[in-house]
Amino acid sequence: PTQVVPGADPSARQLCFAWGPAEVLVCETRFGRAALSRSRSRSRSRALTGSVADTGEGAPGSSRVFVVRRDQDIYIQTLRKLFNESHGIFMGLQRSEEELAGKSRKAQLVQVSKNYRSVIRACMEDMHQAAVSTRDPALQGQYSTQVSILSAMELIWNLCEILFVEAAAAGPLLLRLLDWVRLHVCDVDSMVREVLSSENPPKHKLFWNVVDVFVLQGRMDEARHLLSKEVTANPTSMNMYKILDDLMKKMPMPSLGNTQTLTELELKWQHWHEECQRFLQDGTFASNPHMESICKILVGDEDAILEKKELMTTWYHFLVTRLLYSHPTVKPMELRFYAQSSMDLFLGGESSPEPLDMILMAAFEFEMHQVIKECSIVLSNWWFVAHLTDLLDHCKLLQSHNLYFGSNMREFLLLEYASGLFSHHSLWQLGVDYFDHCPEFGRVYLELHIERIPLNTEQKALKVLRICEQRQMHEQVRSICKIMAMKALRNNRLGSALSWSIRAKDAAFATLISDRFLKDYCERGCFSDLDLIDNLGPSMLLSDRLTFLGKYREFHRLYGEKRFPEAARLLLTLMTAHIAPCSFWMTLLTDALPLLEQKEIIFSAEQTYELMRCLEDLTAGNADKQKFQEDDVETTKVEMLRLALARNLARVIVKEGTVEGS
Amino acid sequence: AMEDVSAKFVSQKISRTRWRPPPAAALQPPDVFATGSWDNEDNRISLWSADDLGNVGLNGEYHGEPHLLCDIQHNGDVMDMQFLDQERIVVASSTGTVTIFRHHQNNQTLSANHRWERAHYHVDQDTPCGGAACTGVVCNNPEIVTVGEDGRINLFRADQKDAVRTIDNADSSTLHAVTFLRTTEILTVNSIGQLKIWDLRQQRNEPSQIFSLAGDRVPLHCVDRHPNQQHIVATGGQDGMLSIWDIRQGTMPVSLLNAHEAEMWEVHFHPSNPDHLFTCSEDGSLWHWDASTNVSEKPSFLHQGGRSTTYLSHNTINQSVVSAWLSNDPTKDRMEITNLIPNQTLSVNSLDVLGPCLVYGTDAEAIYVNRQLFA
Repeated sequence: PTQVVPGADPSARQLCFAWGPAEVLVCETRFGRAALSRSRSRSRSRALTGSVADTGEGAPGSSRVFVVRRDQDIYIQTLRKLFNESHGIFMGLQRSEEELAGKSRKAQLVQVSKNYRSVIRACMEDMHQAAVSTRDPALQGQYSTQVSILSAMELIWNLCEILFVEAAAAGPLLLRLLDWVRLHVCDVDSMVREVLSSENPPKHKLFWNVVDVFVLQGRMDEARHLLSKEVTANPTSMNMYKILDDLMKKMPMPSLGNTQTLTELELKWQHWHEECQRFLQDGTFASNPHMESICKILVGDEDAILEKKELMTTWYHFLVTRLLYSHPTVKPMELRFYAQSSMDLFLGGESSPEPLDMILMAAFEFEMHQVIKECSIVLSNWWFVAHLTDLLDHCKLLQSHNLYFGSNMREFLLLEYASGLFSHHSLWQLGVDYFDHCPEFGRVYLELHIERIPLNTEQKALKVLRICEQRQMHEQVRSICKIMAMKALRNNRLGSALSWSIRAKDAAFATLISDRFLKDYCERGCFSDLDLIDNLGPSMLLSDRLTFLGKYREFHRLYGEKRFPEAARLLLTLMTAHIAPCSFWMTLLTDALPLLEQKEIIFSAEQTYELMRCLEDLTAGNADKQKFQEDDVETTKVEMLRLALARNLARVIVKEGTVEGS
Repeated sequence: AMEDVSAKFVSQKISRTRWRPPPAAALQPPDVFATGSWDNEDNRISLWSADDLGNVGLNGEYHGEPHLLCDIQHNGDVMDMQFLDQERIVVASSTGTVTIFRHHQNNQTLSANHRWERAHYHVDQDTPCGGAACTGVVCNNPEIVTVGEDGRINLFRADQKDAVRTIDNADSSTLHAVTFLRTTEILTVNSIGQLKIWDLRQQRNEPSQIFSLAGDRVPLHCVDRHPNQQHIVATGGQDGMLSIWDIRQGTMPVSLLNAHEAEMWEVHFHPSNPDHLFTCSEDGSLWHWDASTNVSEKPSFLHQGGRSTTYLSHNTINQSVVSAWLSNDPTKDRMEITNLIPNQTLSVNSLDVLGPCLVYGTDAEAIYVNRQLFA
């Protein structure tokens, strides 16, 4: 159906659309309305149904952006219970044993269906409570609407459960349908309560209505109980009562067990039916119109039943009553004929069927796809069709149906539902599991949606990250870690930044962070975050620069502990093994100065030569030779180093010569 | 067993659940607990009654599920929460604010009693708010210690407006949790697998001791101290591993126990029965670790649902106090482990144990109460 976006006026201004994964942006353009084809505003049938958040001010002429959400019900607070609880049931169903053989598998599926329904009912009760307790009439109206929607959902689901999931056979089918009617036709419940709780029920003006209700719903024991009260008050009709009571008592009913065959039942029923007819023709009940009309119902007199239209309220109640008294052994495939004629008879051309009627009719006709299609159009949520379709798919009822777009219907509907969940501030976590069970496109959808989750705390980022890691979504893992590492870096939290890049094994970013540490060191002359750098462990190997950072810090520690020979060896290795970046060599050589100036000789002749070569490599090999000559400080440094190296070499030659000579 | 557990769907993702401490010398089990939510547009602090007999519903019937006493809006995700006393709850927010809420029991309302705005924050932040999530809070009335994503440690007193002590840049990585070791010493865990002891009497802004996981520096998310034997500390990590530390010796954990398949969000020794330990995780499980079989030499077996455990114990020298948690005899190192929630799929973010009662909350927007833990 088309949905008007309040405030957006396509006749005044041209609108443009941007399609997001879960929302549609509609905005007014600067262009006035020209004779433009209307096709631009056509959309997929459901897409524009939904709540509208207007982000602009209402002044005329101002351009506004409308956010159109595709699943309106997702945002209803009281339904969150439905979404969360049914998620658990859904997951249980996906995990359930497909191998279970026929009967027990069916029992399992019926149980799942019942669980879904009990969640709907629980939600309905909550919503009803909310409607009762609120004083805001607008809110009350909203809740009441929700109650009726939930109630319709449960009605449809229950019928689908009987016809498709349980696939009740002739006999038990009628019993199930009776239960269904009793459960859902509750308009008369208050009347029943009123009469039963009155002081003297037979004197109540609605007494016979209640008896009729019981008879129409096949609640024979309750009807007989009430009738017995009437006869004590009115002994003259005792005879008549006894006959009617006997007929009602004897009425053969299908049984759930295997105690009788269908043929046996049909025989018994035929016999009973004829007996009822005989009494009717005899005029046994002629003096009591109430009892006579009951007997007429018992023989399945359509006119007599239709007279009680007010007490049945719906055509499907009429259908079930009709079946009960005319065709108790109706087969599933015969339902469609009775359903159609019941609806025609009941509505009698006075009113046209409503969407709910069409959905139920489609179910009676075993047109499963039609049921799902109609529900998708009528209901304001994807929850219902997604879960029902998934259940029917597990019953292996939808196997053959493939769509001309996307994958199959089950997956299509689950994707829609899960996308709705992802558009919600909190419910996105539930969506993940639904995507997981969409074999064809679930992964792609998840990848698209998960990147759009705002990461306001590290805790939330960790949760999103875990989802991605469990599904080997490397691209997303990298991107999340990078985002978090960048955030940490901006906040000057180098340690956090590093642990994020270690988690993603992001060498390039680890290098970047190491450079920040080194830059800080060069500027301040001391290391920040020693708790981190001293404890890098194996993560040091993630990037060369990180390795250098760790090793360079180790040099400082050795130096601080006055373990000079070890420090000197490490310093030299950092350069000769090319662990240190060239840009840092000058710093390292400068670090060598105090070691060269020590009283004790620390660098051997060979080591000194190597240091000299490093220095020459740096000055000669440096493409920026100009820089060295222009920069006074640098020049002084180089000269000082050369001097120190020369002096050290002199000292060491003397020493080594002396040692060798002695 | 599952049948003793009552559940309630609350339409908000629960990040913390805490029992209200019973009055001193009271023997009855706890009856009121608090919850905090996260990742909602409108987050809340709620107080619930889990009473069996006392607080019955309005119509006089007992529902068997917790019912709401009162709640109040909370700015930001609730990151951590602890009762300061019978009436006051300290709440850590993702906005960096720390708030004390007061529960008025006479008219069942909650109100903000005191607030430290931006107790945790980032420096040189372009954004106007600049708050950094406060990740952990621990109280020892009147003292309150908080830690955060900013690596800062704050010491507050409930009755003082300004922080008594702040250690800026105490940790270069994120501090995930904090607990008291002794009255003047605290323990923190961080995102590079370190456990640190801080002595708040000392003016030095450095930890008095650093412990660290060997190998990969797996982030630690939670920490708890043995209630009677203060040298025994349990931590839970990002890989779901439970580590037991003896802070008297070494710098590495005494034992590493394989537990959950994802982040362990909370670990709690049972306060009065410390041979029992409880952990919960992102993987949707909640484990009950029973080490009492260890000392009493009962025949040990693993419960259904319990996975095999690896016990990589290091030598504990000079074991003066016999503790089930530090025992290193491999033949006796069997622990009874029970998963209290089979088939749960979404994260169990928080748990609390007190007396025979367990309460936990999940991302599936439900809270669960088990009142017969040892039945």
